Amino acid sequence: MSLHFAALLRRHGLLVAFALFLALVAVQAEAFLTPSNVLDVLRQVSIIGMMALGVTFVVVAGRLDLSVGSMLTLLTVIVVDRTNAFGPGLAILVTLLAGLAAGAWNGLLVGVFRLNALIVTLAMLSFLQGLTLAYSGGSNVNVADGTTWFAAFGRGSLWGIPAPVVIFALSAAVLAFVLKRTRFGRAIFAVGGNETAATYSGIDARLVVFAAYCLSGLTTAIAAIIMGSRVMGAQNTIGQGYELTVLAGVILGGTSLLGGSGSIGRTVLGVAMLGFIQNGLLLMGYPYYVQWLVTWGIIILAVWIDLGAKRGRILA
Amino acid sequence: MTTPILTVAGITKTFPGVRALSDVSFDVRPGEVHALVGENGAGKSTLMKVLAGLHQPDAGRIVHHGREVAIASPLDARTRGILLIHQELSLSPELSVAENIYLGAWPTNRFGILRKRAMREAAAAALEALGCDFGPDVRVGTLSIARQQMVEIARAQAFNANLVIFDEPTASLTEAERAQLFATVAQLRSQGVGIVYISHKMDEIFSITDRITVLRDGTVQGTVETAATDVDSITRMMIGRDLSSYFHRARADFGEETLGIEGLHVPGLVHGVDLSVRAGEVLGLYGLVGAGRSELVEAIFGIRRASAGRMRWRGREIPLPTPRQAVDLGLALVPESRKEQGLVLGLGGRDNITLPHLARFSTLGVMRPGAETRVFDRFRDELSIKTTGPDQPVGLLSGGNQQKFVLAKWLCAEPRLVILDEPTRGIDVGSKSAIHELIAGLAEQGLAVIVISSEMPEVLGVSHRILTMADRRITGSFTGDEMTEETLIGAVSAGPAALPSAAE
Amino acid sequence: MSVAETPRRAVAAGDWIMRNHIWVFLALTVAVFSFASPYFLTVNNLGNLLTQGAFIGILAVGMTLVILNGEIDLSVGATLALSCALAIGLQTSIGTWPAVIAALLAGAGLGLLNGLVVALSGMHSFVVTLGALIGIRGLVFVYTGENALMVEDFAYTEIAEVYLGPLSLTALVFFGLAAAFQWLLTNTRHGRETYAVGDNVAAAHDAGINVKRHKIVNFTICGTMAAVAGILLSMRLGTAEPNAGRIWELWTIIAVVLGGTRLSGGYGSLWMTVGGVLTLAVLRNGLRLLNTPNYVELMVMGGVLLLALALDRALLTREGAR
Repeated sequence: MSLHFAALLRRHGLLVAFALFLALVAVQAEAFLTPSNVLDVLRQVSIIGMMALGVTFVVVAGRLDLSVGSMLTLLTVIVVDRTNAFGPGLAILVTLLAGLAAGAWNGLLVGVFRLNALIVTLAMLSFLQGLTLAYSGGSNVNVADGTTWFAAFGRGSLWGIPAPVVIFALSAAVLAFVLKRTRFGRAIFAVGGNETAATYSGIDARLVVFAAYCLSGLTTAIAAIIMGSRVMGAQNTIGQGYELTVLAGVILGGTSLLGGSGSIGRTVLGVAMLGFIQNGLLLMGYPYYVQWLVTWGIIILAVWIDLGAKRGRILA
Repeated sequence: MTTPILTVAGITKTFPGVRALSDVSFDVRPGEVHALVGENGAGKSTLMKVLAGLHQPDAGRIVHHGREVAIASPLDARTRGILLIHQELSLSPELSVAENIYLGAWPTNRFGILRKRAMREAAAAALEALGCDFGPDVRVGTLSIARQQMVEIARAQAFNANLVIFDEPTASLTEAERAQLFATVAQLRSQGVGIVYISHKMDEIFSITDRITVLRDGTVQGTVETAATDVDSITRMMIGRDLSSYFHRARADFGEETLGIEGLHVPGLVHGVDLSVRAGEVLGLYGLVGAGRSELVEAIFGIRRASAGRMRWRGREIPLPTPRQAVDLGLALVPESRKEQGLVLGLGGRDNITLPHLARFSTLGVMRPGAETRVFDRFRDELSIKTTGPDQPVGLLSGGNQQKFVLAKWLCAEPRLVILDEPTRGIDVGSKSAIHELIAGLAEQGLAVIVISSEMPEVLGVSHRILTMADRRITGSFTGDEMTEETLIGAVSAGPAALPSAAE
Repeated sequence: MSVAETPRRAVAAGDWIMRNHIWVFLALTVAVFSFASPYFLTVNNLGNLLTQGAFIGILAVGMTLVILNGEIDLSVGATLALSCALAIGLQTSIGTWPAVIAALLAGAGLGLLNGLVVALSGMHSFVVTLGALIGIRGLVFVYTGENALMVEDFAYTEIAEVYLGPLSLTALVFFGLAAAFQWLLTNTRHGRETYAVGDNVAAAHDAGINVKRHKIVNFTICGTMAAVAGILLSMRLGTAEPNAGRIWELWTIIAVVLGGTRLSGGYGSLWMTVGGVLTLAVLRNGLRLLNTPNYVELMVMGGVLLLALALDRALLTREGAR
């Protein structure tokens, strides 16, 4: 019995710990596992989650994207401001294209010119922050007319499920399929797992990395649309620090920063864990920042256990 | 008679699936240059790693200066005065020459502060003694490979090494640098240092060594005085088996030319190569490590950009391809390094097989797992690959099974030309003959095959025609009765000296 | 002979510029701002500039050691905030100097923890210190209860008002630490190990260097430097904001990389880092003097960083071709 439990813990340590945590909170706070609270948590994590979907592709391809936080800020400002100027339809199109362009720039430098991903996206973080201030003139923007269908993305709902959750779930399903079942997804794994072998197999690693960054820009644009619609405005600091939270979610799910392994399902799990930890601790009466301490412990433990399990398997 | 510096007795070392060394014994005397020769995979590198403390033997004794010792680590080896000079140099390019000579053993005072002057002076003395033309303050990264090698030799000088092991030291040296190295070796010998010299180049072995120990399949075939033997008998000892019974050569039934190359040039790597191979033909490409064989086929496959060259593919003149275009044309390159170039170790066997052919196994970009699994099943049975299932990461398989997956990966798309770069390196004898069978089978099905090998019997046993390469050029072409060990060794091992421009 | 000498000397000069490009950058920026603004090249402004830059500078001293090892530390901003809070918050209960020492020990301890986890688990330091960044910030909030702590004894803020000519205490500490650690890098066993480990870890290990212990020491130094910066910040401001030092870790990495230290390890120096820190400070200060909107500063930084990366790539290609 204890042996089985040890094996279970080693293989699914993270899930077991998470389940224990859920049970613990559920006992302490009745409101925790009610449908409305669960939906509320999911709604809260959907923006981080949306960004994490694209970043997962970048990380599985063995790269990093630290620019998504400031990209979110810029794109939120753009979508809000352009909605006021053009109306929602065109604004959303412009935002998606802008996200794609920002991702393409990262992809060009990291993928095609093979520059260090950390520095390129760090430079992009700084550059986009500047661009945001230049665009907004330093002041916050607000949606002038709150009655258009633009409000639907952040505030609407479908069959009682909040719209952000619907968008996040659909995107996750589509991208899980793309990563797991398509040529592109397979190429991502190959490039992240062994770039040389992928090249010898006729796969153009430069193009694959480029595409991964484009996707990351695109999911960040969708996140920005949800954000703009929910807040009905945009501040110049709205996405600050998100890049690290997004990475934390991806890592927490168990996707390795070394590339070549991971999945969308894991990322959704990781992001959801971040949300439920935050919510559970709040319901138990802890201040919100206690979640950060818990996240620290969980990241270290989860990755450590995962590494240990992999080492054990290779040796066995 | 002087007592040996080092005596190795009955060393055995087994890796999963391979017995690398079996009851190996030999000794090195002071002031002796002792050659260690053998084909690739004969166990030379394993033996040398045991002596340098990188591997621990399963059985056997090592006696150093009359005392039985266990060499626990490279540091331990160094403190005992045993120094290995690798092909991959163990230097820190950003540190100075003096700091590299004393790497990890920097002289310090009791506060941990470097005694820089003492270190520089000692390093300068070691460099001086070896006649080096650079000082102790130069950054190692700015030195040529030959000079970097001298830095490692200076370590031996500085630490008063009593045994120095050279592993293919001349592989990337020019003729003049080679002469300089030999002078250094002679100098070490005159100081009473014992030297183990590992090389493929017979002319070197016969010009500088005192005794030769021949290894084959992990066992010692014998130790002889260099003066009392000749190239032929050493070669026989190295190969030592009846070739015809081991290899299956394909029927000679050739069709039209499949691939023709003219004037292929990759700056610094491949110089003006012409080559032609016909359907049904097995073309052997023989040469020593560093001769430019891998670079040649990588240029054909588009992984390296050629600066000049024309290519004919099945009678049609075509531009030099990219790797993607090469795969689509029907070229297959089974690369030299399974783990680095051949496989994505974290993926399963099925995903590895279909990796070059994702378009064939997908519809509108969506993979068809059913079709993939069918191909996986077919090759698992045909090549009798031992794996638990299509998703088992190939990193967990043995070398032979991994190599079969690399082959399956390239054969599943029915290529017209298969290039195999060292297809049997580091795998056991049983898997080797299966791969030789496969090569013959491919040619008999009408494919053109190019086999690169450093193993003489292999290249002689499977090829219809052999091209030799040395110094990044083709140096000879042999068919039928011309294909013998002597002619091949003659065409490659003389090195640059055999070329008219460098004739003595 | 002399014919062959000249090109060689030209190549050597080219190499020197490639390897010390940051000083060329710095000279250029200083020249540009001196022309553009009459206020730039004044003793008063330069003194301010150095004080402002010194906080990132002190963080960058520790970061340089860690990056030379081929690792990274994302938690320095949070550690700075914690030390800042402890130095102020503990004063009432245990006294001024014990509080400062406690803050210093906290930074060292967190650095040690990071180093231990990296060395013992084999995890990438990016992951480990990303976790620490989030967690230590949590500690800061737990300790401060998300309020800014105020110093009660204003004599404490006087400590930072020590000046040597135009140089503030903070700037002096920065230059002192940079010089001390540059000396350590070039003259001690630990310093040479730092390069050997980042440059060719296999060779270092074979040469008998204890790589794990070595990295733990450098992470500890990095945490201690963050604490020093935090304590100086608490002296200068007299308050401890729970959000102090947010994203400073990124600015610190930018300063180090801008200087020319390579993220893959083994190449760089504190001399270069000082150049990177000063260039960053000059850019920020100069652009502000010119009343350029602050977005220009951010965009210029991004551009300069990419330029530094491109130069480094060029240097690598050149050395590879040799």
